Amino acid sequence: MIIELGHFALALALCLALVQSVVPLAGAARRNLGWMQVGQTTAVAQFALVALSFAALTHAYVTSDFSVVNVVQNSHSAKPMLYKVSGVWGNHEGSMVLWVLILALCGAAVATFGSNLPRELRARVLAVQGMVAAGFLAFILLTSNPFLRVFPAPADGDGLNPVLQDPGLAFHPPFLYLGYVGSSVAFAFAVAALIEGRVDAAWARWVRPWALLSWCALTVGVALGSWWAYYTLGWGGWWFWDPVENASLLPWLSGTALIHSAIVVERRDTLKSWTILLALITFSLALIGTFLVRSGVLSSVHSFAVDPERGIFILALLLVAIGGSLTLYAVRAPALQGGGLFAPISREGALVFNNLMLATATVTVLLGTLYPLFLDAVGGAKISVGPPFFNRTFVPLMLPVLVAMAVGPLLAWKRGDLLAAVQRLWVAFAVAAAVALGGLYIAGGGPVLAILGLSLAAWIAVGVLMEWAERVRLFRLPPRETWRRAVGLPRSAYGMSVAHFGVAVMVAGIAASAFEQERIETMRPGDVLPLAGYDLVLRDVQRIPGPNYIADTAIVEVRRGGAVVAEMRPQRRLFTVQRTTTAVTAIRSGLGADLYLALGEGDAQSGWTLRAYHKPLVSWIWLGALVMALGGVVSLSDRRWQVGVASRTRPAALPAAAE
Amino acid sequence: MRRLAYALPLLLFAALAGYFAVALLSGRNPHELPSALLDKPAPAFDLPSLSGDGRMSGSALAGQVVVVNFFASWCAPCRVEHPLLLRLARQEKVHLVGIAYKDRPADSRRFLAELGDPYSAIGIDRDGRTGIDFGLYGVPETYVIDRAGHIRKRFVGPLSAAAVDRELLPLLRALARP
Amino acid sequence: MKRLLLLLLLLLLPAGPAFTVTPDERLADPALEARARAISRELRCVVCQNESVDESNAALARDVRLLLRERLVAGDSDAAAIGFLVARYGDFVLLRPPLRPETWVLWYGPFVLLVLAAGGTWVALRRRAQADGPPPLSAEERARIDRILREDEG
Repeated sequence: MIIELGHFALALALCLALVQSVVPLAGAARRNLGWMQVGQTTAVAQFALVALSFAALTHAYVTSDFSVVNVVQNSHSAKPMLYKVSGVWGNHEGSMVLWVLILALCGAAVATFGSNLPRELRARVLAVQGMVAAGFLAFILLTSNPFLRVFPAPADGDGLNPVLQDPGLAFHPPFLYLGYVGSSVAFAFAVAALIEGRVDAAWARWVRPWALLSWCALTVGVALGSWWAYYTLGWGGWWFWDPVENASLLPWLSGTALIHSAIVVERRDTLKSWTILLALITFSLALIGTFLVRSGVLSSVHSFAVDPERGIFILALLLVAIGGSLTLYAVRAPALQGGGLFAPISREGALVFNNLMLATATVTVLLGTLYPLFLDAVGGAKISVGPPFFNRTFVPLMLPVLVAMAVGPLLAWKRGDLLAAVQRLWVAFAVAAAVALGGLYIAGGGPVLAILGLSLAAWIAVGVLMEWAERVRLFRLPPRETWRRAVGLPRSAYGMSVAHFGVAVMVAGIAASAFEQERIETMRPGDVLPLAGYDLVLRDVQRIPGPNYIADTAIVEVRRGGAVVAEMRPQRRLFTVQRTTTAVTAIRSGLGADLYLALGEGDAQSGWTLRAYHKPLVSWIWLGALVMALGGVVSLSDRRWQVGVASRTRPAALPAAAE
Repeated sequence: MRRLAYALPLLLFAALAGYFAVALLSGRNPHELPSALLDKPAPAFDLPSLSGDGRMSGSALAGQVVVVNFFASWCAPCRVEHPLLLRLARQEKVHLVGIAYKDRPADSRRFLAELGDPYSAIGIDRDGRTGIDFGLYGVPETYVIDRAGHIRKRFVGPLSAAAVDRELLPLLRALARP
Repeated sequence: MKRLLLLLLLLLLPAGPAFTVTPDERLADPALEARARAISRELRCVVCQNESVDESNAALARDVRLLLRERLVAGDSDAAAIGFLVARYGDFVLLRPPLRPETWVLWYGPFVLLVLAAGGTWVALRRRAQADGPPPLSAEERARIDRILREDEG
């Protein structure tokens, strides 16, 4: 009964979405207030209905209702409750319901908090949201319905893939979808602006919080996925340039370009068509990612079950959404008037440079991901494009961006003094050079790229501090004056500093991965494995039963200088229902390095294979990503951006020129 | 010129969508790998024979049209295709040769005793090297080798009745013509 | 120029972390073993989804790792050992796509795109600077301004 209610609610939501697609749009064209306001009502109602639908599906999982096909395929009564719930979105159909839930949430948020938007703009934005929602709701109802029943109901389900039974994985999709779907709001704003034929500083101020919010979520989502891969897959890899990983990186790269580009539109009323295009492309890339994951066109560890019919439907969605918006762009964008001029060396110039490099990086990743597909489609050979390609193309593209990151914020708007900016960064340069030389000396001359990375991280980190010091005139004014300035700095400035600092932390973590040490040995109880100054002693290997598995657990003592520092327990789990084994790694995380242990195959007679890694600074990768997202949140909390979200005071005037 | 630049994203997307459509509608399987040895000489092999006496070598098969089938007792799809192999050997009189891939000889013999033996000769590939020489990436796989010793076609996965009737038998007939 | 590019490329070779291999596969000679690991990282495990032969737990990946070591011990160069596998499995087994006319777009595309995009942006900004700037003064207007300025000074 509840399932049928959920199904019906989804169908009703589709009807509302269709209404929302048409009526407010017509209302905006005709300046009809009543029709425009329909958009708000439908958006909120749509959210309520989809939430009901999602709750119904969750209820079925929680109560292990095996009369529902989706629950049978993806759940099992012996599964822990957390994974029953996360199982709701751990499969294709359920994840699509989560997708439309977040989509409806964003629509409702625009409807509720967008009271400061011009009526026509809000109506158009909601209409575009409605179109996207309608497309996906139709997709679910027609090809991927999670509410189908099976009769007779089997006694138990087929269980979830044991690799997916994991807390990190429970949170990875929601954040990712928040990022993907959040970018649909920026997309809707861009399309609405193109329809209206006007992009101005006010538009940018309204778009930026949404673009920033989705970017933060995407940053966390991608980082969570990477972290999950790190502690799950048994050898401590954290990025494989797998097509589906790339599918999540692409909108992130373009989203980064978008949030930077929107600054220029807001401050200087220029780079408009570029920013609009980025807003369109970010969501388009999210859609293309959806297509790649769910159509079976590419092979990947992450791919959901393949069904060409679904692929065709999503392709049709792509044609309408992306093709339609890009056509609108081709027709309307030339009419968008450019605003202020600027010299090549200026803050705008630096942001244009940033955009160029990020856009090229985006195309590079897209090219590498899709090239095997292209070649195959034109009848060429079957090739693979793996990490060696991306390391040789993507990394060199990002290096100049990292260098510019410290310099850009020090350049003035309109016309900047590069020499003065670089001079102000002399401390950063000195520290970076010291790190480079010191690193080369300690590491005995290599690996060069990793040392360069560490040096760049220092350059950015110190550069951020130098830029802040410049703004508050540290040591050049009395401390009280400096303090006053520091407190008075807008939050978006701190957001930028924090986010850029996060990049530095992450780059350091990535660069340090070249210095990891690995030992793989067959061990028996009592054997000692020395690694990076630690002694790993295998005490015993025990067989321990779990809720739905039996685990061979190795008990490893970690000693340093003779004293026991920790005990680590890597496991090999045999899942009774699925009859598959997964390795559960034991990780001792520290700010300086991780000790990473994985248990391989073996038995009491021949000994056990133990894989041990010492990974310096690896947790900085995800810490850095978190700091980046934090920077975004700090920037979001800037009152001035809340013009587009909620308003407690009257709309703020354009920010002061001291910015 | 300027207007053309604005249409560029749309044109690029149109090309992209075209490729997606072709990939989707052609029904190609992204997991399936075409043989790198098509129309090239089949690799030489010299394996111990399952029947215990002597060896089975590729050179002994020269000058004839041969179908080489890689199988294993631990391979479930091999059981599914086995009746077809029996039909090929007994009714269609196909020269069928088997290679037991990474299988214990006792297990392979038991497998054939249970399901029937369609092979005129069987080689034992314990370490899987011969499989790698053929570019094998799973069992079962079936190769068609012509008189000149070139690989003409590879079937990946269990043979289906449709594949046998529509592709394998016509090819064998074509190759059998002098 | 070629040497510079080669040097640049060598500098950009990542010193990636080592991955899985079981102890019984390891070669006694550390130099050969290092070569084997480096090559394994460049080879795709054909039965896995986007894993290298070095990372994968699959049986075929292990066979390939052992085969690779055998060939290196037998004296094959890196290229010969890789070529051995490419002859059997095709270019699909290479994680670094070979540079051939059909992959020129892949390898050169990013650089070409960057140059084109940068050039296009430069031209567009230049054109806008010229177009949006105030129209140049005519001779008559210039004379008038000179007169006014002289009056001011005088």
